[in-house]
Amino acid sequence: MGTSPVIAINHVSHFFGRGRLRKQILFEICANIYPGEVVIMSGPSGSGKTTLLTLIGALRSTQSGSLCVLNQQLKGASTNDLVQVRRYIGYIFQAHNLLHSLTARQNVQMSLDLHTEIDRKVAYQRSIDMLTEVGLAEWADYYPPELSGGQKQRVAIARALVSRPKIVLADEPTASLDKQSGRDVVELMQQLAKQQGCTILMVTHDNRVLDVADRLFHMEDGRLHTQNPETMIMTRHHPSS
Amino acid sequence: MLLAIPLAWLQLAREKVRLFVALAGIGFAVILMMMQLGFQEALFTAAVNFHVNLNTDIVLINPQSTTLFAIKNFSRRRLYQAAGIDGVESVTPLYLDFGIWRNPDTRSTRQLMIIGFDPSQKVFTLPGVEDHLEDIKLPDVVLFDENSRPEYGPIAEKFKAGQTVTTEVSGRRITVGGLFQLGASFSADGNLITSDVNLIRMIPNRTLGLIDIGLINVKPGVDVSAVMSELQKILPDDVLILSKQGFVRFERNYWETSTTIGFIFTLGTMMGFIVGMVIVYQILYTDVSDHLAEYATLKAMGYKSRFLYSVVLQEAFILAVLGFIPGFALCLGLYKLVRDGTALPMFMTPDRVTTVFILTLIMCIVSGVIAMRRVQAADPADIF
Repeated sequence: MGTSPVIAINHVSHFFGRGRLRKQILFEICANIYPGEVVIMSGPSGSGKTTLLTLIGALRSTQSGSLCVLNQQLKGASTNDLVQVRRYIGYIFQAHNLLHSLTARQNVQMSLDLHTEIDRKVAYQRSIDMLTEVGLAEWADYYPPELSGGQKQRVAIARALVSRPKIVLADEPTASLDKQSGRDVVELMQQLAKQQGCTILMVTHDNRVLDVADRLFHMEDGRLHTQNPETMIMTRHHPSS
Repeated sequence: MLLAIPLAWLQLAREKVRLFVALAGIGFAVILMMMQLGFQEALFTAAVNFHVNLNTDIVLINPQSTTLFAIKNFSRRRLYQAAGIDGVESVTPLYLDFGIWRNPDTRSTRQLMIIGFDPSQKVFTLPGVEDHLEDIKLPDVVLFDENSRPEYGPIAEKFKAGQTVTTEVSGRRITVGGLFQLGASFSADGNLITSDVNLIRMIPNRTLGLIDIGLINVKPGVDVSAVMSELQKILPDDVLILSKQGFVRFERNYWETSTTIGFIFTLGTMMGFIVGMVIVYQILYTDVSDHLAEYATLKAMGYKSRFLYSVVLQEAFILAVLGFIPGFALCLGLYKLVRDGTALPMFMTPDRVTTVFILTLIMCIVSGVIAMRRVQAADPADIF
């Protein structure tokens, strides 16, 4: 208690389209997510999960309600503020979205190069260390097309976590992976996030990985249902504890 | 900076074939522009080569003359009038005409320009002319321009081999007494130098009293423009008084403005420019389109659009530099080919290298700026 949420969502609604085609996607979403939490969001496709994720990730402008991420109000924020918020968020996409012309190490380092205060030599070493942590030390100089699906997703995780973000947003990170590597990837995310004390918000359909979550959100027709509401006000995992 | 990631270069280098095609395209554009500008300059230079090599300070011509090729004659008296002015050291009349040269081997004929003057005067600073002034004092002896087009026959080769070369000019038998180097131009494919008297012998309807160009040398230390304004006062309107530079400009100006040459080659240069721009645009546009998801990811990570714009511009710059080098190298070879094949003075100048390089840069940067708009399509919200 007493810890302020890293993500505070208050009556957020979202619409797509204009005029007669205007369609409401999100209805009055309210939720708080606290530091160090692992939250898994599930729900049928088209229920608005990804839209919510892109709003939290500052990839879309918030239209109505209040959305505070890392103490920055995103409703009405300037493009520049949105870009700044993005730098403290790690993204893991369904498709790995690695840059094909860069090696695994360079891909990871790209997210450190955004932080100009980090020396290049340090950035280089941290990228190598991060790849070692995801078990890809000897693959650092390979290009994405030379890596397997699981390896690519692990590079993407390394890229998302190397700058020690406060929040990791993941959209179906296991969708293109087989059962075992999917499980490995999620456990790796959880383990690294716990080490760094960052919050994870993951969208997944994969029932086998639900057990890593502290809380489960369920999204249906643009409305959010928190499945175990008694934990909503509790922050069970403090990074310091 | 060794550890910084040169994203622009890596993106380009990843697609070897595309890079090669891009460089070939830009190199082609560079060659087109260089050849067009080179031809234009070579033609202009060739057109004034005669003028540049005249050993004179002031030139008198008939005001109706437009070019060496269509020069009108005027009275020799005007030149003698000029000789009376203070500060004038010497005056020399120059006679120009066209004769029909018979190739001594094939017996075919071709027109060439005959330049006649008093051999006691040093009229030309051209290599070879001074050494043979004594020879052309003899009747029907001429000097042959060894840079004339090959259609006139292997005159230089024969002469250098020690053979006596005799042939006909406009029906009169002549002997080649020496060689000089002037070069083909618009006015003439070949040139002969001989004495004024020999010229009259070859072209019987001419007289020494009507001259084509009057050359005036001023005394050392005398201001040329002062003498020119003095001439302006004394001489009537039937002669035009030009400085030597003015005479060069006069000829060049004719070819630049009164003919289609300038237009044709500027158009050719523009074509090269546009071809190059289209190629670079295509390459950069495809490159950005292929990497759209990756660029959107970079935006999601917190990279600004400005960073991606700069990547595209850097790619454009790299393409410009890398494409220019092979284009330039090939042009050096092509210039030599043209020099050997056409006797045109086609030389690479630092000016042209700079001009074409700047054109190449502009070409690539403009395409880059147009292709940059594609980056806006990289929407980070679309990639989740």
